[in-house]
This record gives sequence, C-alpha cells and structure tokens, in this order.
Amino acid sequence: MRREGSPWAGLRTVYVKELTDHISSVRMLLLAGLIFIIGCTVVYFAIDNIRQTTAEDPFVLLKLFTSGPSVLSLVFILGILLPLMAIALGFDAINGEHNRRTLSRILSQPIYRDALLAGKFLAGLTTLGINLLCLWLIVVGLGIRLLGVPPSGEEIVRCLAFLMITLAYAGAWLAFAMLLSIVCRSAATAVLVGLAAWLFLTLLWPFLAEGFANLIAPADPRYALLGLADPDNIWWVQILRRISPNQLFSEAATTLLAPTTRALGAVYIDQLRGAVLGAPLPLSESLAIAWPQAVSLIAGVIVLFVAGYVAFQRQEVRA
Amino acid sequence: MSAPVIAARGLTKRYGKATVVDGIDFDVAKGEIFGLLGPNGAGKTTTILMMLGLTEVTAGDIRVLDHDPVREPLAVKRRVGYLPDQVGFYDNLTAIDNLAYSAQLMGIPARERGARIDEALARVRLADVGEKRVKTFSRGMRQRLGLAEIVMKNAEIAILDEPTSGLDPQATEEFLAMIEALKHAGVSVLLSSHLLDQVQRVCDRVALFQAGRIVLMGSVAELARQVLGAGFVVEVEADAASDLDARFGAIPGVSAVARVGADRYRLTADRDVRPEAARAVVAANGALRRLSVDDPRLAEIYNRYFQNQSSREEGKRDAA
Repeated sequence: MRREGSPWAGLRTVYVKELTDHISSVRMLLLAGLIFIIGCTVVYFAIDNIRQTTAEDPFVLLKLFTSGPSVLSLVFILGILLPLMAIALGFDAINGEHNRRTLSRILSQPIYRDALLAGKFLAGLTTLGINLLCLWLIVVGLGIRLLGVPPSGEEIVRCLAFLMITLAYAGAWLAFAMLLSIVCRSAATAVLVGLAAWLFLTLLWPFLAEGFANLIAPADPRYALLGLADPDNIWWVQILRRISPNQLFSEAATTLLAPTTRALGAVYIDQLRGAVLGAPLPLSESLAIAWPQAVSLIAGVIVLFVAGYVAFQRQEVRA
Repeated sequence: MSAPVIAARGLTKRYGKATVVDGIDFDVAKGEIFGLLGPNGAGKTTTILMMLGLTEVTAGDIRVLDHDPVREPLAVKRRVGYLPDQVGFYDNLTAIDNLAYSAQLMGIPARERGARIDEALARVRLADVGEKRVKTFSRGMRQRLGLAEIVMKNAEIAILDEPTSGLDPQATEEFLAMIEALKHAGVSVLLSSHLLDQVQRVCDRVALFQAGRIVLMGSVAELARQVLGAGFVVEVEADAASDLDARFGAIPGVSAVARVGADRYRLTADRDVRPEAARAVVAANGALRRLSVDDPRLAEIYNRYFQNQSSREEGKRDAA
C-alpha cells in the first residue's frame, strides 16, 4: 500500500524550527562553552608538549589532536564529551512534544511523522556539526598561529576526514538519544538511560570486554611463558571492545591522525617484513585501515535511526 | 441533504483484546455541530484519532470529506482542523510564532501567512496578545489559540476534543459562542465532551457513547422524546377561580399535568406549549405569574436511558 503525498512535506519547516531552538537554547550554550574551554585548554598543553618534545615532524598539526597533558588528548576528550552533547540534544526530542501536548497538534497538520523525526534528527546533527566545525577551526587556527607551521594539504585532508568520523560518532549517539526519547515517555528516564549507556560503554565496557574475552578464549599459558600475548585472546578483546562506539571512534581517529599507525589489531612479524618502522603511511592506506570503523559508525547511525523510526511510526499519539 | 462530510460504518478499534471502539456508525452532515458525548474512556478520542489517520482502524470504514484517512492522511489533514484535548503550544514562542510554525506546516504561502494569522487571532480575540509568549497564557487562551489555528487553516471540518473541560464558566460561554460562529462560517464541527449539559446547547445532533458504542443518536429533543417520553416540561404559576388542570390537559401534545404547589402546575409535553398554556390561563380569567420551560437535560436523558435499560434487564431476568 503506497502512501499518498511526499513524506518530506514539512521537513524543512521542522528542521529550521528545531535548529533555531537548539542554537538559542541555554543547554546548548552551556555544552558548547564546556567543550570549547576544554578543547582550548587541551590544545594549549598539546602545543606546549609539541614544542618541547618534537624537533621535526611532517604532521605536526595532527599532533594537536592526539597529544595533550598525559592521556587527555583532544580525541579522548571528544570521545567522552560528544555523547553527552548528543544525549543532551536528543533525549527529549519526541517525549518532550508528548509532554508539552504539542505532538498530536503538530501531527494533525498535513505532514507525515517521517518529516518530524527526520527534521529533528537533521537539526540535531547540524547543531553538533556547527559546534565541531567551530572547535576544529579554533584548534587548527591556534595551531597554525602558535606553532607557526603552515599545514600541508595532506594534513588538512586528514583533519577533515577526522571531522567526518567525529560527526558520524556524534550522530550515532544522537540517534540513540532520539530512540530513547521515543521509547521512554518521561524525559528524565530517557536521560538516565542515556547516561547509563554512556558510562557503561565508555568507562566500563573496555574492562568487561577483557573479562569476557578471557572467558571465551583464555590466554594460552604457553604464550605467557614466552612473554607473548595469545593472538586469539587479543582478537576477542578487540572485537568485543569494538561494540562500544567509543572504541571505533578512537581507533579511526588514531589511524587518521597518527599516520604511522599500520594496523589496529595484533601485528604479526610477517606483516612487518619490508616495512620501515615509524614511517608514515600514505593517506589512502590510512583511510583503508580506518574504513571499517567509519562504516560501522555510519551503520550504527542508520540502524539506531531506523529503530527509532519504526518505534515512532507504531506509537500512539494520544497522551 | 448533501453527502455527509464524515461517515463511519462499523468503525472498530481494538488494543490487543480490549475493544475501545466497537462497531460504531454515524454521519456528520455539512454545516452541523455534531457532539460525541459520553464519559471519559468511552472511546471518543480514539474515534477522533481514527478520523485523522493518527491511529489505525482495526475494522470498519471511515470516510472524511470522501477521503480515506488511513490511505490519504495528508488530503484529510489539509482540510480538517483538530484541537486536541488540553492542547499544547511551544511555551517559549509567542502566539504568532506558534501559529507561523503551523502555517508553514500547512503549506500556507509566506505572503499570505501574516494576514491570515492576524485575522485568525482577531477572530478568537487574541489579537492584542499575539506578541506575548504562550507561557503566560491561561487555559482558556490556549484553547482559543488552538481554535485560531483551525480558523487560519480555513478548515472545512473542525474536530474539537473536550474543548470546554477545565474552563471557567465565562470562558466556556465564550468558547461555545466561538464554536457557533465557526458553524455560521460554514464549518462542520465535531466535538467530543464528557460535560453533557455544557455542550448540549450548541450541538445540532449528538451521539451518546457508552463503553465504545453509540447508544443514542439524534437531536436533543428527539432523544428526550425517545427516552423521557416527552421532551418539554413547562411550569406554570397562576391563580384562577376555575380549575386549570382540565384546561391544561386539553392542550394538544400535553401528556401529563401535575400540581406541584398551591398555584403551580407542571406540564409534560412533546413540544414547547407555553403559548397555549398562557392562553388557557387567560381564558380562565386567571393571573399568570410565571411561565417557564425546562429544556430536557442531556445528562438526565443519559442517566434515564441506563436506568431504563437496567430495569428492562432485570425484568427479563425476572421473566426468565
């Protein structure tokens, strides 16, 4: 059975309204302020670090993203804070309309539910994109200004690819937050579930993954005797860790921003034959390594959005 | 009579095993005010949502302006305005901004928007608070803003869900007057309410709901005749030398005359017999002091109907 009319009727209207709401909301200002302050601080320390330790590096600009005080690099900070931003933007997307009793009034206008959901998602994604772009420009600008090294073309392309991956990562969390806003009638529940998932996936899961891997494929003691890690065990740890989008994001980001990264898993000796250790890979090779992670993140966005879409279409609008 | 604007045949909605709307049939004619009345939870809102294609129909058929709301929801929603129960607006936006958002969703061209918003706000007497945030609005003002949205839409049918619940008596009166103005503008109105007596005045025809079924349908006077036996109760207060009982009893249409006080009579009739009653008093050389008619009250009709039914059932049980 085909529906009459375009599912996109009203999409632009919803998009513009939601974008205006986001950009002018206190919530967004707060989060953007937080991320900018932290970002600038981290970059400041990163520049300090680079000045002291790096004599010569063809990719000095990229180091701005990956180095900082101890482990606190910009990539790490983004990995932690972006989900928070995305949850803050999406947790009351649909249930907020429910609770304000605007949903049935809006849906009685000649639009499909598709337009409302897609408009809200795109507006959230644009808001995140604007914030990321600003942060990115600040970092690159500060870097050029303070380091005094003009970036090469490849550096810029790598940075832009990193920006895209970051956006996909943020999009996955946004789609998840919107799914919660559809499934949970109360906004408070949606926020709590979202934060719980965030804590679990970013903080607990890396350790749990190791535990599960040891159960599934216990490390062979013979490897331990030789002072080596069991490749089976390592493989499982990595696969399980990759369930967390945080892991996918940090792997992809590292590959793109540290051109010397040759592989993300265990490296076998025969893979290193003929390799010049410490030499940067060409851009295409780095992209090839980061590709599965990037695709997984984008697939995550799509799967979560579709789950939300199906749930929303089947939902009763009455309060 | 022209073709009905809303026609339901055997309309049914089930949630799992619970049947919320159970095979109802009704027609709403063009230009009339039709009331879906009944207690909360009787299936009124569900019926309305099915008309708008906002919830799926389990069985049966519904046509709105000759469209099927399930297959062509946009065509229906373009021409039908809906005021939900306890309508909500975006509190941080002004009344005008809220309407502008809906106007864009309706697809009203940008150059017409301003004029139509102003006109709609003027019609519901909110023109002077158009620039105020909806946050500051009272319940009655929000309700009127919802009506402004329907006016702005130039809707052919206005569907109002519980439009007067939670309003104070004055706001209710104002709102009912606005509904009648809508009718005079040629809009067919379908309203649902659990406040039977409050809305009976404006409804041309009503359908009384009970547990997902329509138990009674027709104009209030028709229902009164059907259920109460007679529709009108006329009270006369007069003193006269001769006996008035017989004279009142002779008026055609009067089914019973009861003396309720020294000089007070209560006439039960199937129509408004005030003129004849007055004439009778004058003919008997009496002094007419008071003459009033009680409109049949819907709540009474509703309650009486169920009393009759339960006594009939008891009767059946006794017979068995």
